[in-house]
Amino acid sequence: MAKYKMHLLVCGGTGCRASASDAIVGKLQKELDEKNLQDEVQVVMTGCFGFCEKGPIVKVLPDNTFYVQVKPDDAKVIVEEHVIKGRKVEKLLYKDPADQKEISDSKHMGFYKKQLRIALRNCGVINPENIEEAIARDAYAALAKVLTEMTPQQAIQEMIDSGLRGRGGGGFPTGMKWKIASQNHADQKYVVCNADEGDPGAFMDRSILEGDPHSVIEAMAINGYCIGATKGLVYIRAEYPLAIERLKIAINQVREYGLLGDDILGTGFSFDIQLRYGAGAFVCGEETALIHSMEGERGEPTFKPPFPAESGYLGKPTNVNNVETYANIPVIYLKGANWFNKIGTAKSKGTKVFALAGKINNVGLIEVPMGTTLREVIYEIGGGIKDGKKFKAVQTGGPSGGCLTEKHLDTPIDYDNLIASGSMMGSGGMIVMDEDDCMVSVARFYLDFTVEESCGKCAPCRIGNKRLHEQLDIICKGKGTLADMDKLRNLSHVIKDTSLCGLGQTSPNPVLSTLDNFYDEYLEHVHDKKCRAGVCKDLMQYIIDTEPCVGCTACARVCPVGAISGERKGPHTIDQTICIKCGACMDKCKFNAISIH
Amino acid sequence: MVKVKSLADLQNLKANLQTKVDLREKGDSAERLVQVRVAMATCGIASGAKKVMEFFIDELEKRNIDAVVTQTGCMGYCYAEPTIEVKLPNQDPVVFGYVDSKKADEIIEKYIKNGELVPGIIPVNYETIDNNNQ
Amino acid sequence: MEFVNLTIDNKSVKVEKGTSILKAARSVGIDIPTLCYMSLGDMNIENKPGGCRICVVEVEGRRNLAPACCTDAHTDMVIKTNTMRVLNARRTVLELILSDHPADCLICAKSGNCELQTMAHKLGVREIHYKGEMSTYKEDFSPSIIRDMDKCIMCRRCEMMCNEVQTVGALWGVNRGFQAVVSPAFEMDLEKSTCTYCGQCVAVCPTGALTEVDHTNQVIRALADPSKTVVVQTAPAVRAALGEEFGLKPGTLVTGKLAAALRRLGFNFVFDTDFAADLTIMEEGTELLDRLGRHLNGDKEVKLPILTSCCPGWVNFFEKQFPEMKEIPSTARSPQQMFGAIAKTYFAEKIKVNRKDMVVVSVMPCLAKKYECQREEFATDGNPDVDFSISTRELAALIKGANIDFNLLPDEDFDNPLGESTGAAVIFGTTGGVIEAAVRTAYEIQTKKKLEKVDFEELRGLEGVREATIDFNGLPIRIGIAHGLGNARKLLEDIKAGKSYFHAIEIMACPGGCIGGGGQPLHHGDSSILKARQMAIYQEDRNKPIRKSHENPFIVKLYEEFLKHPMSEKAHHLLHTHYFNKKNEFIIE
Repeated sequence: MAKYKMHLLVCGGTGCRASASDAIVGKLQKELDEKNLQDEVQVVMTGCFGFCEKGPIVKVLPDNTFYVQVKPDDAKVIVEEHVIKGRKVEKLLYKDPADQKEISDSKHMGFYKKQLRIALRNCGVINPENIEEAIARDAYAALAKVLTEMTPQQAIQEMIDSGLRGRGGGGFPTGMKWKIASQNHADQKYVVCNADEGDPGAFMDRSILEGDPHSVIEAMAINGYCIGATKGLVYIRAEYPLAIERLKIAINQVREYGLLGDDILGTGFSFDIQLRYGAGAFVCGEETALIHSMEGERGEPTFKPPFPAESGYLGKPTNVNNVETYANIPVIYLKGANWFNKIGTAKSKGTKVFALAGKINNVGLIEVPMGTTLREVIYEIGGGIKDGKKFKAVQTGGPSGGCLTEKHLDTPIDYDNLIASGSMMGSGGMIVMDEDDCMVSVARFYLDFTVEESCGKCAPCRIGNKRLHEQLDIICKGKGTLADMDKLRNLSHVIKDTSLCGLGQTSPNPVLSTLDNFYDEYLEHVHDKKCRAGVCKDLMQYIIDTEPCVGCTACARVCPVGAISGERKGPHTIDQTICIKCGACMDKCKFNAISIH
Repeated sequence: MVKVKSLADLQNLKANLQTKVDLREKGDSAERLVQVRVAMATCGIASGAKKVMEFFIDELEKRNIDAVVTQTGCMGYCYAEPTIEVKLPNQDPVVFGYVDSKKADEIIEKYIKNGELVPGIIPVNYETIDNNNQ
Repeated sequence: MEFVNLTIDNKSVKVEKGTSILKAARSVGIDIPTLCYMSLGDMNIENKPGGCRICVVEVEGRRNLAPACCTDAHTDMVIKTNTMRVLNARRTVLELILSDHPADCLICAKSGNCELQTMAHKLGVREIHYKGEMSTYKEDFSPSIIRDMDKCIMCRRCEMMCNEVQTVGALWGVNRGFQAVVSPAFEMDLEKSTCTYCGQCVAVCPTGALTEVDHTNQVIRALADPSKTVVVQTAPAVRAALGEEFGLKPGTLVTGKLAAALRRLGFNFVFDTDFAADLTIMEEGTELLDRLGRHLNGDKEVKLPILTSCCPGWVNFFEKQFPEMKEIPSTARSPQQMFGAIAKTYFAEKIKVNRKDMVVVSVMPCLAKKYECQREEFATDGNPDVDFSISTRELAALIKGANIDFNLLPDEDFDNPLGESTGAAVIFGTTGGVIEAAVRTAYEIQTKKKLEKVDFEELRGLEGVREATIDFNGLPIRIGIAHGLGNARKLLEDIKAGKSYFHAIEIMACPGGCIGGGGQPLHHGDSSILKARQMAIYQEDRNKPIRKSHENPFIVKLYEEFLKHPMSEKAHHLLHTHYFNKKNEFIIE
């Protein structure tokens, strides 16, 4: 029997695959085969390890060596040196940026030390395309426990006791949601998994589906048992082909093993799952729009009440939950609600997965207990600001959230604290900004997104957001006035107050929070026509310093609009009325005579 | 493919599959387990350390001892190969030399199971710059 | 029945559970302004997408404002409809809508009759604070309807009527966000789509986005041309509604003033489409009896039920969506077209005018009639039987533009020989009327007995699908009636499935029948107006001395002098037609 004494885990998440991690798997296998070690050493493609900044990741077990930035050609040296001779490959080890010391065990890395991986418990550990590895790690044991030892009401009570709140952004208590759905009766009920994950830069759900699809499948089945539904639907965005593939493989395997389908485990409970694909609409992450999209109609939200729990898919009681919410559920039943509700803060239990991105050293996927402070996340886990720049703001909640500043850094992360600070949890996107980011531009960027994604049904969002965006654009172009600034606030509040769905109700948040926290920057744009971060091109001027300028005419020749004039060997000038601020002149100048003001 | 028809089926399946992935779990929490490191440098391999490693892996599992067996580079005791280092939880590591299957068996039964020291220990005669190394 | 008790603007309100805040407020006299909301309560038609956000109100304990039209009232709710917060929100949202709307009021067809204009006036908007980019779309001209989507406010009423009520499916929301608009698939022109021109979209559009094609200029040109003899005919439904355009109560009959106004506008001959309606009954009734007779004699090939065919929107509907059934409807043309055919032959001969010098204008409650008179089969050597069709609204505009004070006009009669009509002809204007008129004549011809009572109440009403069995002296004749194309579809599906047991079915495309047509004065969602118009039609019927089509002396004379008898060769040539397969399919490779 092939008893593997060593496992080589290679990250197979989309991020690392984009850097050829699947080629690493191939090469490692080839090397092992050549050295006749294929029965002793197992190569496993797993889900996301989370440390995306340093990918592709290869982890060697059992000695727990964590190799970073591995290339396919490194397979040879890994096998020859580490597998055969037991010598770690130093060039592939992670170096702590503070002291350049090598750390071979991820447990000691700043990135991992404070993380508590519950939803991501199997990501980076098992091969998601092999159900046996999942079962070995207790997949479907929770389903078995619930089906054989608990009544639906008891299971719902356990969920209520755990304190789990929806991880998609709403933060609604999951147990309550299940209870309401269970109380509405119909001949057919549905369980829906919202895998539409539309926030730009968010990939928590994607990584869970790519790395541990069984946790979601199992949780949906448990959900079905609790509320009395026999059909489950996963609405997954078409832009996640790998997650779709892994989910399909997983579902097929679960069916073969009889853990999905009729009469599961002989208990009489039947449940099966179908996939439905999104088509590029962020608004279809809103549950009523999602349901209409699944029904084949235009993906527009409709007013609530009636809530889906009462009348959802095809008019039947439907429970919609997010991927990450589901990923937490099996372990809650195995370890108990009391284990779960000891983690986190008073009102926000458990952990949260964040996609840490932006101007930070350790970009990647992290999972921390609620109550961890922003400072810990950014400086300890995130490794601080890249290139030693100064921290400016951290944006949470995607296009629905706000920007938090230096003074918020010691806020313990939980649903209510973030809202009180002027932002929100959202689905878990966390973008760090430094001194080189212009906050007005950031607000405009988010409005870019929401204007594009608005469904167009209600006037405040359709027209209001467009006007908000236009106004920010005018400010960034240096044509804003103080009167415009007043209008921004009123418009934002009215849009929030009157929009039909969550998209419109939260889209002005980036504007309001940047106005609150960075009013000076807005004033500089409007009053002084200056952008201190140097981002808004229209507020910058390219100036030729006549001292170093020798009149070589190289800049004039490369200028695409003929804005530079001057005699040969004489000082040149840039006509600001013609200049389009492309920067080609500055790139061309060998005498460093051109700079941005 | 095995069809899981009942709770008992599932539990049996898990028990059988446990060994496939326990290495991954152990790797993460090695300090709580018995750690056996087998020197597998050139001299080690030449003196049959591979067989010793396989013996430990199989026997520890058979005797239901939660342990992590890894290979390591040259520990320096080339004259006494095959050498192994055994670290019991919360104790200092101990190096044994001239380990063959018989010796390995003794080490498992006496030292690992009962903490009883066994003849053949090589005292540590050097220091490393990193004393916190695992 | 459960009730809820709540407070609105400090007033106590008690309403049935499930009532919206909007209706609850209206029940105590608080009229929350609305824009996209529309309800034709009696006909089970309601549009509440909750998209305009004008009707928002403050609900204690709720974080954001609630849309009154689609939020149910609950016990102990405390609602405020006019706090500063609500007024500011309402005003701002309206300004946003106006900021994306062309300021064309001066030349817009809907000026004075536009719900957006009224709302801006009501809220006192004097400045648009949020100006910016405006949506622009290509203007879409079809034979009957003009789509100017720059003016669309996305109220979705037209979409609702077209899909849920008419089940035609020509209009849908397309594109996303700022580019969202209601349009045919792939933003194609209405003409190329499955549109039937029934005009219900125009009838409910709150702004000038959907309007009728205006033919008044062509009519004025004809009237001003001394070489032309201009003849006008007017449909029954017009006389029951025209008065509303001049401030009269809905349901006021203005037949006499209508004739007087037309005369003062300069039409050479003022005739009545009702005359041709009697003619239609002669032809269609005969056809019905003919098919019935063959059926009773055991003919298995004969097509029953016979379907009425005077409604061009309905004709378009089955030509485009059920072309396989085009042998089933009656071959009789509509009254408008029969009139035109007779006017340009029989009458033109009588007054010795060449048909090319005669211009026949029709005044219709209908927009599909504009398309119908342009159909190729209704012309002789390129000269159409009916030259132009104008709607009730357009006629009102002509009258106003000619400085005629409608309310001061005396009552006058129509001219003869094409102006005399019976009560049976008048009831063509409402659902159930055509078939009732047909029954009055068919009964007497079939049974050779006189009808004691000519009113057939069992055929009347406003339910979407109705049925009745009329006893033809021992022979039970089963009648089906549908108005609104969605209801027509139901009956058609039954026929297709072989489940239909009717002998004759009357179908009208517009809810309510012609009185609710796309060219009538706008009802803005008040279904009591339709009811009042229907009452007026039956009133006119009762006022008529002659109430059965075959007793119209001028009809009798027409047959004697010209047509010989119903379904004669000449009648076939002039008064009957056949239908086409107009299904447009797109194959996407």
